[in-house]
Amino acid sequence: MPVIRVDGQDYEVEAGGNLLETCLELGMDLPYFCWHPAMGSIGACRQCAVVQYQNEEDTRGRIVMACMTPVTEGAIIDLTGDRAAAFRRTVVESLMVDHPHDCPVCAEGGECHLQDMTVMTGHRDRHYRGTKKTYRNQYLGPLIHHEMNRCITCYRCTRFYRDYAGGTDLAALAAHDHVYFGRHREGTLESPFAGDLVEVCPTGVFTDKSLVHDYTRKWDLQSAPSVCTGCGVGCNTLPGERYGRLKRIHNRYNDEVNGYFLCDRGRFGGNHVNDAPRIDYPARREADGRFRALDQAACQAQLADCIAGKRLAGIGSPRAGLEANLLLQRLVGAERFNSGMDDGEHKLLQRSLSHLVNSAARNPSHRDIESADAVLVLGEDLTQVAARTALALRQSVRNEAYRLAAELKLAPWQDAAIRNLAQDRRSPLHIVSAGSTDLDDVAAGHYRLVADDQARLAAQIAAAIDGEPSGDAAVLRIRDDLLAAQRPLVISGASAGSAALLDGAAAIANALARAGREAMLSFTTPECNSLGQALLCRDSHASFESLEASGAEVLIILENDLLRRLSPERVEALRERIPIWIGIDSLETGTLAYCDLVLPAAAFTETEASFVSQEGRAQRAFPVHPPAEARRPGWQWLLALARAAGNTALVALEHFDDIVPTLAGEDPVLQGVMRAAPDHQFRSRGLKIPRQPHRYSGRTAMAADVSVHEPRLSEDRDSALAYSMEGSAAADRPAALLSYVWSPGWNSNQSLHKFQADIGGALRGDSGGARLLDELTMPAVAEAPRPEAFRRRDGQWLLQGRHHLFGSDELSRLSAGPAERAGRAHLYLHPNDAQSLGLAEGDGVTLEGCALELRIDASQVPGSAGYAVGYPETLALRSGQWVPLSVASDWQRPPQVIGSDREAAS
Amino acid sequence: MLGSLLSQLRTLGTVLRHTFTRAETVEYPEQKPYLAPRYRGRIVLTRDPDGDERCVACNLCAVACPVDCIALQQGVREDGRWYPEFFRINFSRCIMCGMCEEACPTAAIQLTPDFEMCEYDRQSMVYEKEHLLIDGTGKYHDYNFYRVSGLQIFGKDKGEALDEEPPVDVKSLLP
Repeated sequence: MPVIRVDGQDYEVEAGGNLLETCLELGMDLPYFCWHPAMGSIGACRQCAVVQYQNEEDTRGRIVMACMTPVTEGAIIDLTGDRAAAFRRTVVESLMVDHPHDCPVCAEGGECHLQDMTVMTGHRDRHYRGTKKTYRNQYLGPLIHHEMNRCITCYRCTRFYRDYAGGTDLAALAAHDHVYFGRHREGTLESPFAGDLVEVCPTGVFTDKSLVHDYTRKWDLQSAPSVCTGCGVGCNTLPGERYGRLKRIHNRYNDEVNGYFLCDRGRFGGNHVNDAPRIDYPARREADGRFRALDQAACQAQLADCIAGKRLAGIGSPRAGLEANLLLQRLVGAERFNSGMDDGEHKLLQRSLSHLVNSAARNPSHRDIESADAVLVLGEDLTQVAARTALALRQSVRNEAYRLAAELKLAPWQDAAIRNLAQDRRSPLHIVSAGSTDLDDVAAGHYRLVADDQARLAAQIAAAIDGEPSGDAAVLRIRDDLLAAQRPLVISGASAGSAALLDGAAAIANALARAGREAMLSFTTPECNSLGQALLCRDSHASFESLEASGAEVLIILENDLLRRLSPERVEALRERIPIWIGIDSLETGTLAYCDLVLPAAAFTETEASFVSQEGRAQRAFPVHPPAEARRPGWQWLLALARAAGNTALVALEHFDDIVPTLAGEDPVLQGVMRAAPDHQFRSRGLKIPRQPHRYSGRTAMAADVSVHEPRLSEDRDSALAYSMEGSAAADRPAALLSYVWSPGWNSNQSLHKFQADIGGALRGDSGGARLLDELTMPAVAEAPRPEAFRRRDGQWLLQGRHHLFGSDELSRLSAGPAERAGRAHLYLHPNDAQSLGLAEGDGVTLEGCALELRIDASQVPGSAGYAVGYPETLALRSGQWVPLSVASDWQRPPQVIGSDREAAS
Repeated sequence: MLGSLLSQLRTLGTVLRHTFTRAETVEYPEQKPYLAPRYRGRIVLTRDPDGDERCVACNLCAVACPVDCIALQQGVREDGRWYPEFFRINFSRCIMCGMCEEACPTAAIQLTPDFEMCEYDRQSMVYEKEHLLIDGTGKYHDYNFYRVSGLQIFGKDKGEALDEEPPVDVKSLLP
């Protein structure tokens, strides 16, 4: 390891890094703007200047940019000396020449990297007395606010948006010192990662629009480590709360999962806890069909009345935590417990679980995915289903560039040089899907097939890898690319609804492993705890039919909207067989209308829960604030139900942490959930870990309108976190308990490097989360029959689900911004099919009793129709259904939206 | 021995001399002392010279407050101005230190010479925005934050603030 001398002191450092990274790793404060740990160096902002000396005799030295200077043995640099400091101060002063006097009304203030760096360089007095440049802002959609005056032209936004995330509609426009970062015309930013601009921008050019309109400074936010409930990826988040309202969701760094970035569904899809109709009190339905709120005593009496001595059945939920589901399963008995997914989905998840466990291929984390040098995606539009995984794939195709760079001895952080060197040369990515995907622009090949044909293609590829001859050019091409790689990756999932496709994906990965490759196999899962439910119900699962026949007298539904999974007729039928329904939910779903007793559950910001991600990683989400009114976490309601039912095994449970150790019994996989985070007895330096930063303000006035006598602080008996600003905020607290990132002098999220041992590596207090599948054993499943090849039928179309980042999941569309992005439900048809029906873009199409807006899409397989999954109008539709299409009568074309991107794009 | 005796005599002398000097004690509350305009007493929220409330809800007063007795919530008005949806000071905690006034970037929050805040009920010491907002500019007559800030509000377009150039024409390539 090379030794470098910084300010007269020798340090032994890692080879291969640059001076900026190295100085930060050594704990020094060196200002920077354009460098980003995930995006490397370009040396644009001139802020990280240091003086480097050639040897001991050299007294003059020269100013170099630390981010562009590799660490070399014996390097002598001066970081705090006058010349370097004066240079950096001048750079900030020139950046501030045009910076507006906005800090008090800027949503970045208080966590602004520009503020931090200005203070750090010591620039205080402005010498420039001239005028300031101004810019007009653009409307960038319902999620992002634009304030171009504040820009310091560090180019981080376009480097992230275009180079890292593959967006096309944000660019550096105009010339010389008029450079403008925006769209070529006003309109919604299209990238599903546009929200990351909020965190990537070192100042307040891009800010979170919902936060701007209900603003709280970072130092006033109470936050706790949480896990995104948007999809199965399990990104780590930091929701921030004030006055009982969720203000914003920020990324929480986890080097194995989401790194520095979060998708827009995760970032903006949480506002439903404020916006959507919530239930505040337990209620009982009266004879007239209306619900009447119950006080605590009446509620207890009702619970006992409803379930004491009765035969219970339960429906769990893949959006509720594993603990609550486990409790419900034990309360009603495994034979009368439904995981909350319909039978088809449950079987697909069991199948993917079995493949993950029995395959010789590795089940990769996102970090592994980024290291793949050839990728095959089978049947998934990853950007819409598991957006963060798609972003990881976008990085994996750059491995070819890194390989070329290594040949020339270019360091991986030399971003501009490597992009210039590689140009369009990428590691192969092959996408087999039902329609175009957002990754097509970096794909070596894309193959548009319906699900059955996808499965057939997968089986052929697997056979070809095993040496069977094939005449299909696509098969050969994919086979050659996968075999040429060292770390090939196959990704599939349940979205296409095809068991044969999962088998095909596993067969390819196994064949690659047999061929001696470090093969990887990954499956997406639809919801945040889908895999947890699959694990919980791997031995016993009551289908909805068997619930009907179970003879149960009471049905307990945990945080699940059955109407999203079953037709209203099926729900009615179930309702007729089971006389008493108890619904526990945080949202006012349609299912609650069928219930006799409704119990208000805490939302994801108010309850502790463990979720198992698609990787099989159990991660713990902690409550950000105590639940208001009579809301209680789902697991506490279930304990109350257990008490009412006189269930002696469950009444002894007291803490959240007791649930899994007591109930999971001998199951080592479920017991592994306990490793996800430290338990409630954990203390850092003898103290609990605070949820509030040490500058949290207004404590003696926040509730003074109610009573001037300050209320006692809420106690958190179930976790090691405290609803307080007091406690231990040590930098090495466990990653799973990192409630906010802040370090002296570093108020912005750039302070993260103070919590990492190596820049871009694991946090000092480990990565957080526990991989469960490594200990799991499961019987192999019988191969699904190979489906028939697709043949189009006259007058009928084969339905294929097309997912949307906004709208296809249950929760994000309940928030105002994402709901606007989701728009109306639509149907995709090939241009020829549309023409044969006499339909044009924007017309209405009727199928199965619902009318959808038509989008003409040349990537749709002729003879098939793609429908937007998960919209209220399309809940009854299933992939693989054959349906006739007809022109919708009295269809109102949607109004033209000014600044619409689609109009601009066409 | 002699020294301590002398000291006692000198003390007696001093006391005797003070018997004939004018009393400094003021018969408060009948007699009120003069308090300079910059005296640190009860806080008010002022308005800018155009008559709009100055507070932009930036939260700096709240975070500067050593006893954490200020709480507020920001909102955005239709004309684009930030304003406090509520602004609450718990005067039963306030120590009149003036840190909030120092922190305030818009000269909205100002301390006044009024310190007489006695209540029988402590709850009455909680002041909301309607109790705090006055109709004048207080000690700073000319300052108008939005005339300096780059934020666009109704009635002040981009480039119309103090020392601002008109907005850049991004489509022009002229130097």
